[in-house]
Amino acid sequence: MAKVHGAVTIDSARCKGCDLCVVACPADVLELQPKEVNDRGYHFAYPAHAEACIGCAACATVCPDACIEVYRVVDKNN
Amino acid sequence: MKPEDIIRPENKVYSRPRLLTDTYTHYCPGCSHGVVHRLVAELLDEMGLAPKAIGIAPVGCAVFAYNYIDIDWIEAAHGRAPALATAASRLYPDRLVFTYQGDGDLAAIGTAETIHAANRGEDITIIFINNGIYGMTGGQMAPTTLLGMKTATTPYGRRSDLNGYPLNITDLLARLDGTCYVTRQAVHTPAAVRKTKAAIKKAFQNTSEKRGTSIVEIVSTCNSGWKLTPAQSNEWMVEHMFEKYPLGDLKDVERKA
Repeated sequence: MAKVHGAVTIDSARCKGCDLCVVACPADVLELQPKEVNDRGYHFAYPAHAEACIGCAACATVCPDACIEVYRVVDKNN
Repeated sequence: MKPEDIIRPENKVYSRPRLLTDTYTHYCPGCSHGVVHRLVAELLDEMGLAPKAIGIAPVGCAVFAYNYIDIDWIEAAHGRAPALATAASRLYPDRLVFTYQGDGDLAAIGTAETIHAANRGEDITIIFINNGIYGMTGGQMAPTTLLGMKTATTPYGRRSDLNGYPLNITDLLARLDGTCYVTRQAVHTPAAVRKTKAAIKKAFQNTSEKRGTSIVEIVSTCNSGWKLTPAQSNEWMVEHMFEKYPLGDLKDVERKA
């Protein structure tokens, strides 16, 4: 069966740390930075469990600041 | 597979819409405005309407919409966006004219303009963000505030004997003959965002085909005004707002001759 691999990139400077992508992610990939903040003082989101990503784009669909880009590869050999 | 093998231009499935400018939005973290801005930018680009679109910006939180979406905009006086949209759509019949308004703008000071523009059946789209509060000025009671809802001006909750009842203006507009498409949507889950995108697309199509006034209400959150986190406000909205403002199409007809 083909396996889907996904990856997200997050524009951390633009992210406001609203947590909506973390809630929306069905694979629990994303988390907010516990300590680090961006230039505007927000705990930005990052892919903490990047290997679990399925590239469904649910995070990007709910992101109010359009700072998430999603990539997806279908691996037919796996 | 390693992330660097996946993150390649040919594998991209979702990126920031081209029409959104690089300006950081002034919206609070988690505000529904950002999602709706993104949907409008995506749709205008996908439908090839960007060169033809004229947006009418309101007064309210979305007052700087013209800084965020790279199309032609006109800034209206408070509540007067439908009146300005009437002028724009009549003077430039080949353009797509839409207004983007909040509940304080559309349902309070602009009630007369909204109702009469919809009753005249102007060929415009009205995107209505309903979060039940005046967000920009600090969370005061709006006409759409729910009974019992605490705001800066109703600290013990809205009372029907003192403050009246919540105004469901979209239901009102659906009963007018000039409107062709009236729908109520939300943007709290990925599925709801996709439905809202389809609704706005239909509204833009109706406006391009001169079928009458299309109204897309988007039941939204104001986490700063509601004093909740963005995720909690989405839950609160599902529990409380949807009872008074149920989602779905209210009207989808041809305009009466």
